[in-house]
Amino acid sequence: MMKIEEIVQALGLEVKCAKDCLDREVTGGYTGDLLSDVMGNSKAGYIWITRQVHQNIVAVASLKEHSAIILINSSQPTAETMDKAEAEKIPIMVSDLPAFEISGKIYNLLTANS
Amino acid sequence: MLKVYHCDLHIHTCLSPCAELDMHPQALVDRALEKNLDIIAISDHNASANVPYVQAAAAGKNIRIVPAMEITTREEVHLLALLENLFALRELQTLIDRHLFGENDEDRFGVQAVVNERGEVEELNNQLLIGATDLSIDEIVDTIHRLKGLAIPAHIDRESFSVLGQLGFIDDNAHFDALEISGRTGLAKGRLQYPELRHYPFVTSSDAHFVRDIGTATTPLLLEAPTFAEIKMALAGQNGRRIVE
Repeated sequence: MMKIEEIVQALGLEVKCAKDCLDREVTGGYTGDLLSDVMGNSKAGYIWITRQVHQNIVAVASLKEHSAIILINSSQPTAETMDKAEAEKIPIMVSDLPAFEISGKIYNLLTANS
Repeated sequence: MLKVYHCDLHIHTCLSPCAELDMHPQALVDRALEKNLDIIAISDHNASANVPYVQAAAAGKNIRIVPAMEITTREEVHLLALLENLFALRELQTLIDRHLFGENDEDRFGVQAVVNERGEVEELNNQLLIGATDLSIDEIVDTIHRLKGLAIPAHIDRESFSVLGQLGFIDDNAHFDALEISGRTGLAKGRLQYPELRHYPFVTSSDAHFVRDIGTATTPLLLEAPTFAEIKMALAGQNGRRIVE
């Protein structure tokens, strides 16, 4: 298992909020932009990779107890999303990579460290 | 005196790439009259140029045309905007045009025809109307309200392009004026399916893309007259106006 902090370091992710919550363990990952699908199929401890930036992503991550959210393609969270993420202590990181590539890199990191 | 008006508040025209070319203003008004509809909203994907022609086709007829648009938000949610008049519609269209990118490919997505009330093609729209704007759902709802219109997420019971599919749930801070349930589910089943949304007014509409679909799902509204102000009151449940469920 890896901590969020290690993934941030390894992949050079930009941490946008909840910077003091990076010591959580990442148990796996899920990639998706349909929040209904993410709610149905992701699990606690997962790192969630998405293109959605709407504030509802924080509620979904909090509900599912995700370890963190990664926004792809340099997408920026909205002000409301940032506020909620701080309040709910959900780290949001930004990557300039597309979903396929960042998902592959995280998958490799997690399997190499399992 | 209050009476029931039969409304189909979500109808496309041949301007939507996925609608058939036979959905031109005169044909759709004729069909709506045949189906005894009192009020219809004309809501093309991210476009509205056929609304004035539908109004012209309905001039002198016993039917009210509500200017509308089905906007694709940044989250890929389909959001219906119902507006009081063409001025508000034009202002909304100007905003959408600035935030919608790409060109249509007729072979892949379909023809986007602006057709007048005589059935003549005025022009072909070449925007990528099937695409999404880069405006958030919250921004668009705010704009609709600034224009004194009604913001209604479309077909919330469908998986694709619905607020529940894309965004998982409806936030308490969302200021929707009603929620649209698709005709396949209908109001009664929609109520059973979504008890957590009981505080919202529900409407159901045909979302017609083909002439034969017009009026296949309707919402009865108890109104004094077929005006926008009355529709607004009915959705808000004010002054005895209401949705007859």
